[in-house]
Amino acid sequence: MYSNWFYMPGLIIFTVFFLVPTALAFYFSLTRWTLFDSTYIGLDNYKEFFDDPQLKSGLQNTIIYAVLTSGLKVIISLPLAMLLTFGVRLRTFFRSIIFLPVLISAVAVGITFATLMQPSTGLINEALEYWGLPQPNWLGDPDLAIYSVVIVDVWKGVGIATLIFIAGISSIPLDYFDAAKLEGETWIKFRHVILPLSRNATFTVILLSFIGGLRTFDLIWTMTRGGPGFASDVLTSVVYKQYQAGFYGLSSAGNVVLLVLIMILVYPMTRIFNRLELEL
Amino acid sequence: MTLRKLIGILWLDSVVMVVFSIIFIVPFVFIVLTAAKSQSESALLEFTLPEKFLLKENIKEVIEFRDRRVLLALKNSTILTIGSVALIVIIGSFLGFVIQRRANRLASIVSTLLLIGLIVPPAVVPTIYLLQKIGLYKTLISLVLIEVAIQLPFATLIFRTFVASIPREIDEAAIIDGANPFQLFAHIIFPLLRPASVTVAVISAVFIYNDFTLPLYFLPGEDNVTAQLTLYSFRSQFNTQWNLLFANVIIITIPPLIMYIFFQRQIVAGLTAGSVKG
Repeated sequence: MYSNWFYMPGLIIFTVFFLVPTALAFYFSLTRWTLFDSTYIGLDNYKEFFDDPQLKSGLQNTIIYAVLTSGLKVIISLPLAMLLTFGVRLRTFFRSIIFLPVLISAVAVGITFATLMQPSTGLINEALEYWGLPQPNWLGDPDLAIYSVVIVDVWKGVGIATLIFIAGISSIPLDYFDAAKLEGETWIKFRHVILPLSRNATFTVILLSFIGGLRTFDLIWTMTRGGPGFASDVLTSVVYKQYQAGFYGLSSAGNVVLLVLIMILVYPMTRIFNRLELEL
Repeated sequence: MTLRKLIGILWLDSVVMVVFSIIFIVPFVFIVLTAAKSQSESALLEFTLPEKFLLKENIKEVIEFRDRRVLLALKNSTILTIGSVALIVIIGSFLGFVIQRRANRLASIVSTLLLIGLIVPPAVVPTIYLLQKIGLYKTLISLVLIEVAIQLPFATLIFRTFVASIPREIDEAAIIDGANPFQLFAHIIFPLLRPASVTVAVISAVFIYNDFTLPLYFLPGEDNVTAQLTLYSFRSQFNTQWNLLFANVIIITIPPLIMYIFFQRQIVAGLTAGSVKG
């Protein structure tokens, strides 16, 4: 009654355009590769990956980026979700606004913020100057560039995180709030009802933004191209640069490193989250 | 109601309104203001009203630029998006249906494979190699198939959850009435999956239209330029012409905004799906 034919189109496309290339990446990462022919060179590409300072900093930045964006999104969007659930009257309106950046392409957002973050004439520094605050060179300072992109990433993604928390809070049975109401304090409502009971939503937000952070490319590439120098390079931008330079084997090795990194970080996270998951 | 009372009720809204305006609205207003300025005025990058409102002229100029390259890009992006979304909905609903209904070993293997596709980024260079071997590199159709492969895991997940809510008795009744498996799917199941189909279609459409990485790798060159790529290359060409750059931003941002206006509910539902254990 449920024919296996239903598998066919999906499996064929998924295998040819995703699984096979992924498997090939493992093989070609062990070669010097020109697309026309390849020479087996063992683990040399990987050695280069962990020796070369540019590639190594790409790896570090990837982890910094993923940890910061996912952490900040949780810290900002949980209180925001409460505010937009209990605090304000114009709930629907505010929710639409905060969700707007999610719909705009990363390229458009990147270009806009690169302009707003211009060191001398950009709107952000003009405002800081007006208030007499220091005006950093957001994207030009090698120590700061990656963090500036992190801020923009959070700006773009906080809407999704907030809506996930709102869905989580809305699924908490009302009796819990009634019980907390007796105590009266908003803080108690937050500390003893919302924080523990929106645990599943927290896990979802962390997991989604962490994976998204590890895979980030569009924003980094449109805002800094990994620069200045390679100060804000992440794994995906290294993969693209090596591809542009014609080092296809090295580029594939970057792909494999990213894949392994995601697996070893995300798999234990999902295991832990599944164990701690709450049944409401 | 006295004014004082009204302020008491609305003060929090007002605070949020001010903060949200600065953080979320100002960047959009900046885009529109800059896009409406003359070239020399826009070069100042100031947050001021334009002396003369030239939005229409600037948009026209961006459209005429290089043989109406933007229109070609919008056409390509439309073909790419519609083609991919149609395949994703059909193929994804097939998978979600069979995986949910035949919960056997094969189903769990396929689910695991799809889960990998959900979290692991695609290996781009080997894909290019493969496309060159089969002669599809730099074609729109190849990018359609790649986008399908990448969106399929998410689509299958949504469909599978939705199929679970359709009672099996319906299937049995249809089969007893003489329907074959494909008639059962086409005439009974697929129409019932409509809400899931809309969600999947809208979300994949926004993702694929906004996608920058894959067109950058798989569609180099002028013929197959997509909406996001125009923005990227215009950035170097319009180096000092901020007004045109942001006019271009407006042109390519309109389609997802229209989607948002019409499908806000489905987009939100789809993107927060799975966040609440159900």
